[in-house]
Amino acid sequence: MKAIEVRGLRKAYGGRDAVAGIDLSVPAGEVFALLGPNGAGKTTTVEILEGHRRRDAGDVRVLETDPASAGRAWRARIGIVLQTATDAAELTVTEMVRHVAGFYPRPRPVAEVIDMVGLTDKAKARIRSLSGGQRRRVDVALGVVGRPDVLFLDEPTTGFDPAARRQFWDLIRAQAREGTTIVLTTHYLDEAEALADRLAVISAGRIVAEGTPAGLGGRATAEATVRWDGHTETTADPADLIVKLSAEGADLSRLTVTRPTLEDTYLTLIGEKR
Amino acid sequence: MSAGTFAPAPGRAPRGTVVRRQIRMELLLTARRGEAVVLAMGVPLLVLLGAGLTDATNVPGDDRLAYVVPGVLALTVMSTAFTGQAITTGYERSYGVLKRLGASPLTRSGLLFAKTSAILGLVLVQLLALALVGVAVGWRPEFGHVLPAVGITVLAVAAYSGLALTMAGLLRPETVTAGATLIYVVMLAVGGIMFAAPDLGVAGWFVLPLAAHAQALRDALSGSAIPGAIWLSLAAWAALGVTAATRFFRWE
Repeated sequence: MKAIEVRGLRKAYGGRDAVAGIDLSVPAGEVFALLGPNGAGKTTTVEILEGHRRRDAGDVRVLETDPASAGRAWRARIGIVLQTATDAAELTVTEMVRHVAGFYPRPRPVAEVIDMVGLTDKAKARIRSLSGGQRRRVDVALGVVGRPDVLFLDEPTTGFDPAARRQFWDLIRAQAREGTTIVLTTHYLDEAEALADRLAVISAGRIVAEGTPAGLGGRATAEATVRWDGHTETTADPADLIVKLSAEGADLSRLTVTRPTLEDTYLTLIGEKR
Repeated sequence: MSAGTFAPAPGRAPRGTVVRRQIRMELLLTARRGEAVVLAMGVPLLVLLGAGLTDATNVPGDDRLAYVVPGVLALTVMSTAFTGQAITTGYERSYGVLKRLGASPLTRSGLLFAKTSAILGLVLVQLLALALVGVAVGWRPEFGHVLPAVGITVLAVAAYSGLALTMAGLLRPETVTAGATLIYVVMLAVGGIMFAAPDLGVAGWFVLPLAAHAQALRDALSGSAIPGAIWLSLAAWAALGVTAATRFFRWE
């Protein structure tokens, strides 16, 4: 079953195309990352999928329903972590999570969700008093408390320190293991590489590449660069070359073999020089 | 009859539960800003004591308190349901609190209803407090028409709340704050609270909802019936406010 099906999606703001004809297909249970620079159309796309924004053209199905006309029953199956952090004024973490939990028919236990996002110590603290990263974790807690079938995360780890990011990734992996379909936008390549089963690179409102993190843009089969003793050679088969060099008695003490990183591929795809 | 007859529709919490929870949250948030709620009663209280007990202003009739206290009650309703509500909701919107709620199964109309209901509860408590102060300083209302007075107040709350949410949904929070405060001050001046409203006849009640509400409370709490034109005016304002809010209110 497809959790998400998008055909020919378009959206313009004031005559400028933010999304210029996008096709997407995400099978149920997949972790799918939408990667792209700021202003590429990631958030617009995701907000249309969430039912927050109207599209100009195209066909969109999320859980076999058009988000533009979906009702409360559909919304109860969707979890959303918005790009902006929650500022719920004077509520405590527990109060806010409990409040939103009450909107769903079969919510997770509140204490369990707070523990999952690592905020048990802060459960009784007012959200206003939390740091940006901690508030973001409140957002994540609110996104998962309703046991969604599809979870949308819009740049969820912006502002996290490295340890918090690793912890967050574990949380997302745990959601994925339970069968939740996850759509994630990010401009962190390591995040997409660590989490996504599949990813698409979006640039200027169009999808410029789609694939697994390892295979994106032909990366798995790209030529490798071999460097040794002041020499550089590019080859499709570095093993062969190294065997040959070794037989010739070359100095291999500083040998390196590199393939394009996801970052190299990404920057090529969005048309920027390093 | 099968056991499942009373089960909610599968896959969603019943609408009533969702809205009730939101009302509770609104009331909780209001309680947390308790100092703001008390401050919101500051101006009405000053007007009550200043205009009610001294001859600082000219008011129609011989009984100053009978004129001033109902006006102050109407002013409080406007202060809380319109000015306070518009400013709070405007900032909630700009901080992303509302968009967050929009991501949940709470509907827009559910939120509007919950906010208006919570405000109604708050207004009734404030009115009771101010009325008690009034009685303490010598106001002697008649309670024969207290039910119509409550009814007209519910209409006023719906009108103010609808207009407040419309403003909060359309404008930037700084603009909402300036606009809602300005309207409050203008209405305080010309609404017939501290001194007589400009005599525009029946038309005045349609132009100035605060003046209409104040006059209705004055009539009701002195034991006479509320004029039909005032019912009509506030019903029209309520219809306008609620319709505008349903049409124009946005989460973000």
